[in-house]
Amino acid sequence: MMAGVGGGNDFQWCFSQVKGAIDEDVAEADIISTVEFNYSGELLATGDKGGRVVIFQREQESKNRLLSRGEYNVYSTFQSHEPEFDYLKSLEIEEKINKIRWLPQQNAAHFLLSANDKTIKLWKISERDKRAEGYNLKDEDGRLRDQFRITTLRVPVLMPMDLMVEASPRRIFANAHTYHINSISVNSDYETYLSADDLRINLWHLEITDRSFNIVDIKPANMEELTEVITAAECHPHQCNVFVYSSSKGTIRLCDMRAAALCDRHSKFFEEPEDPSSRSFFSEIISSISDVKFSHSGRYMMTRDYLSVKVWDLNMENRPVETYQVHEYLRSKLCSLYENDCIFDKFECCWNGSDSAIMTGSYNNFFRMFDRNTRRDITLEASRENSKPRAMLKPRKVCTGGKRKKDEISVDSLDFNKKILHTAWHPKENVIAVAATNNLYIFQDKIN
Amino acid sequence: MSGEVEASTEEQQEMQDTVVSPEKAEEVKLKARYPHLGTRPGGSDLLRKRLQKGQQKYFDSGDYNMAKAKMKNKQLPTAAAEKTEITGDHIPTPQDLPQRKQSLVASKLAV
Repeated sequence: MMAGVGGGNDFQWCFSQVKGAIDEDVAEADIISTVEFNYSGELLATGDKGGRVVIFQREQESKNRLLSRGEYNVYSTFQSHEPEFDYLKSLEIEEKINKIRWLPQQNAAHFLLSANDKTIKLWKISERDKRAEGYNLKDEDGRLRDQFRITTLRVPVLMPMDLMVEASPRRIFANAHTYHINSISVNSDYETYLSADDLRINLWHLEITDRSFNIVDIKPANMEELTEVITAAECHPHQCNVFVYSSSKGTIRLCDMRAAALCDRHSKFFEEPEDPSSRSFFSEIISSISDVKFSHSGRYMMTRDYLSVKVWDLNMENRPVETYQVHEYLRSKLCSLYENDCIFDKFECCWNGSDSAIMTGSYNNFFRMFDRNTRRDITLEASRENSKPRAMLKPRKVCTGGKRKKDEISVDSLDFNKKILHTAWHPKENVIAVAATNNLYIFQDKIN
Repeated sequence: MSGEVEASTEEQQEMQDTVVSPEKAEEVKLKARYPHLGTRPGGSDLLRKRLQKGQQKYFDSGDYNMAKAKMKNKQLPTAAAEKTEITGDHIPTPQDLPQRKQSLVASKLAV
């Protein structure tokens, strides 16, 4: 059941499911802000701007329906974060879920971390399918029995009941971030995790909520000297002493926690040299890295900036080994993209299970996949127009020149409000989840 | 005669610049619309705006009424729409405040 060799074009992506309302008027709270599969791919979690988490579970594959893999159905939903008001600074704290990260499963329950701008919470999701009946001191409806009526002792019996899935907050990690949290990452030791805001990165122990270690601090003594901020951070998948963080200047620093308690000095510094003659007002803004992800192998990492995705070999700091253009045609639209703030959109990126393909989102509900082996790429669209079960997705093309071919869409017709910022790839299979504003699309490759 | 030749060489250079770098052409467009962009000293405005992003302005009725009294019949200054401005002196008016949040309901994904 390995994810096959090759990626984007070797597979035929088909529509599987779409979740969410069809309304034209999208409530702000319904905008999906994060999507994440768990380690087995059995569970898929989404977080939204309203602070809610919805977890989907994959149906067991039935032997009769060989043509379709299991569908994802709602498993649990809960309010993770609520809006808060910081009275000291007179600031409102948004309940929007910035990131969800699953913990590896160690017992029957599932655990995940969810973070808004200021607080991280550890949630336990557990199933209850039995109930005790036959208590001595109380009735079935909970009322206390009259003591004089109790004449015999009985042993309560566990009876089956309808499955109930409960979510409870087990830990709340608060008050450690002055600035907005942009990343959380569970360490491979399964004991610690890091959280990063614009200027600082903290290391936590999953059991301890009243303190955390500050491991990176780039706040200048004089804020007027501020030149860059932290944009994303991630723990290495195998080496629990290594993590990386990216910056708004397009650089990535790899740090080793064995070297020092405060990792302000990096072990490795990744930056692609820039051609000074091509520098413009936009250069720094579009070089800002919005996401960084290690490959599953731990040998590579991928970064997303405004126009491209780059794959870096951890052994080579001076340039990426692969660069993929996501939507180069936007380079000649930067002025209007700056005016409508789209140039600050933070796109994420993800690897497939075998690291042979990568995926990232774009505008007009388009998303892009790149096959690292064949160097082929494909553009697909998340749209309800193509949402018949198992309907194959047709590749899309944006036309940049004058002559627009049939089925192509011109750059000026792109809808910049339809952004795909969050995508996720099943850890083992070719199943992907794509968040399009308030809708969640699930696509699978065609089984031959 | 030579003047015309010079002018067309300049035009050619401009055209070349546009052809060579669409980014630079976009920069020229932007600077034409916002002449003060990037000229303010004192750290990166963009970064500081980013750090403050999402922080709602608060409404202080004392400040508001004092400001109103001072201005008497004049209008209170509204927030500058320019990207270069990070206003600290702007007194929020009730019109500026964000709408109250909707009451918490279940996610439509969970239907």
